[in-house]
Amino acid sequence: MPETKSDIIARLRKDIFSYQKCNTLLNSTDINAKLGSLKKAFYNNRFPLGVIHEFICEAVEDEVSTGGFMAGLLSSLMQNGGATIWIGAGHKIFPPALQSFGVAPQKIIFIDLHTEKEILWAMEEALKCDGLAAVIGELKNLSFTASRRLQLSVEKSHVTGFILRRNPRNMNTTACVTRWKITSLPGKLADEMPGVGFPRWDVELLKVRNGKPGNWQIEFVAGHFRHIYKTVSIPQLQKKKTG
Amino acid sequence: MQKRFVSIWFRHLKTDWFIRRQPHLKEAPVVLTSSDHGRMMVTALNALAHKQGVDINMVLADARAIIPSLQVFSDEPERPAKLLTGFAEWFIRYTPSVAVDLPDGLILDATGCTHLWGSEKQYLTDIIKRLHNFGYDIRVAIADTIGAAWAIARFGEDMIVENGEQTTALLSLPPSALRLETETIELLEKLGLRQVNNFIHMPRSALRRRFGLLFLKKLDQALGYEEEVIYPIQPVEPYQERLPCLEPILTAKGIEIALEKLLDIVCNRLKKEEKGLRVALFKGYRVDGKIEKIEIGTIRPSCNGRHLYKLFEDKISTIEPAMGIELFIMEAPKVEDLFPVQEKMWEHIAGLDNISLSELLDRIAGKIGATHILRYLPDEHYWPERSFKLASSINEKSPTNWKTGKPRPLQMLPKPEPIEVTAPLPDYPPMLFRYKGKLHKILKADGPERIEPEWWLQDGKLRDYYYVEDEEGYRYWLFRSGHYEDTDPIANRQFQWFMHGFFA
Repeated sequence: MPETKSDIIARLRKDIFSYQKCNTLLNSTDINAKLGSLKKAFYNNRFPLGVIHEFICEAVEDEVSTGGFMAGLLSSLMQNGGATIWIGAGHKIFPPALQSFGVAPQKIIFIDLHTEKEILWAMEEALKCDGLAAVIGELKNLSFTASRRLQLSVEKSHVTGFILRRNPRNMNTTACVTRWKITSLPGKLADEMPGVGFPRWDVELLKVRNGKPGNWQIEFVAGHFRHIYKTVSIPQLQKKKTG
Repeated sequence: MQKRFVSIWFRHLKTDWFIRRQPHLKEAPVVLTSSDHGRMMVTALNALAHKQGVDINMVLADARAIIPSLQVFSDEPERPAKLLTGFAEWFIRYTPSVAVDLPDGLILDATGCTHLWGSEKQYLTDIIKRLHNFGYDIRVAIADTIGAAWAIARFGEDMIVENGEQTTALLSLPPSALRLETETIELLEKLGLRQVNNFIHMPRSALRRRFGLLFLKKLDQALGYEEEVIYPIQPVEPYQERLPCLEPILTAKGIEIALEKLLDIVCNRLKKEEKGLRVALFKGYRVDGKIEKIEIGTIRPSCNGRHLYKLFEDKISTIEPAMGIELFIMEAPKVEDLFPVQEKMWEHIAGLDNISLSELLDRIAGKIGATHILRYLPDEHYWPERSFKLASSINEKSPTNWKTGKPRPLQMLPKPEPIEVTAPLPDYPPMLFRYKGKLHKILKADGPERIEPEWWLQDGKLRDYYYVEDEEGYRYWLFRSGHYEDTDPIANRQFQWFMHGFFA
């Protein structure tokens, strides 16, 4: 029986996928359970591990929200006891707060560096080290070559890398598997109770290899991401359409 | 292997030495004296003199009044050190590592030695018998820690403290058994803490505040929570290897080969002895008499030649061969025991104990500097800036847990920044605030959470923290420093609002 067109496409897709080295074997089920319907954006409904994720943010407040989202992901990555390396310029994280995201702060090693060159070097070295749960790097600019190097070092060690880019000069193409943008949203408590409530974010997946980009609104409650199925996003959407 | 230490206490070291030299004094009360502010003071005495009522620090005239037949000799303060060093050398028959414990003792590291005498008891009785034949009155004890052995030798009854029993053995002893300073002992006495078990179960923070860090250190050393090192009189053979060259080496490649060879020899020796190096020095002796050297350090003891080579590799370029290098030397001044790690097939990730992680940190420390690597542990303070502390080593563990009860910002400003605020009523959260020129309107707020400054550490005003959210959905941590009522424009006293952090 001759192959139909769709068969060929499916086979080629599979081949391409294996070339792209998106390793789904390492996937822990925990992180996917935690992500809820967000995981549908990814190939095979699985959050890609052992790759580089890129996070874009502008304001300081959004940088913190992104940090919170990353810490939420980290908590399940670090579940089997792995350590994380957090490389940044000018250390700002308040370690005791990480505990509320389910991350053990004493298992994070902060590396405080000054120049982007040093950060890139340290990040590449760290990503090659296969005993780690994740590596987080704070970088402003990331050239395609640099991102390619990082991605290559990850392919052997299967460590997951997060790159946090604050105010990037230009949104160039990178070899990262995803590009996220997290912004803070006003929190809301049930029944109009007073108080701030749980952290709530607008999660934008701008780019994802082999997946569908999307936009979700989630809340971080008791160690889990909870989706908010509300019509909050509709006025924004309308605004965009009407200009 | 569990360490075992023997502490030996010479009860009358100086007088025993005199009596040994002049046997006719055996049956006579003997004291040694030295002059102090024009008086002659008794500094050492034998058992006979002690029995008749003479004591140390007594004026010689008083002692003579008690015992008219007292034999008096002048004391030499340097003698005990000389005597003890001599003894320490003699004690090498019992163990290779002996240390002098001034003023009147010796410490033996008897790990793995006692079975050669049959048992620990026989080992100790042999020591006592031999020294007794020399005419010295000694007391000995063996325990897991130096501190416990010291205490039992001087204050305890049994000679042998079984493995891990040091805590129970110490309980009934007086605090001076812990080798504390005189002031601390006096303070403990004043407080009625006359036995170790009176205070051993008190919270550590309270003990530290009252008696200081040194007290806790001594206690930990006696109980075995903190390691104590001895300085043996016969130093262990240094880890040093030499590589003379037929012709002076000029090229980087040549240096690399020399480095590789030397590392190979050193690592092989370390592996055989189950040790790992923490610091290594690579020296090149140049033809013109200068010495070029590079140094590396590791977080964990290592005998992995490839890893050490990598650490050195970054620094080879700093070696200037000039006319050529004729001799290479590799030294390992700091060497520690290396416990072989059981490799776990099913558990690939080993957290902070992971060897590849410590090798990575070594590389980063070698290239950029160890001060850039930070790890944090919880500290028992409510004041936010002090609620965490830097970990001193990669495997340091904290006895306390992280506090999670109250909201804490993910990012904290290193120094609180003053903000302008409009707040309606005392103890209400603010309505508006201006931070870096931008006006934020607060819609929701939690708080206040009052944190008082720790008066025993610092002066200052209390802080009332509010967790607020502005209309854009950004969350901040603000505080008011000082009471509302505490406003006095004349004395230039006023409360002030600050921004301290950002929530996720």
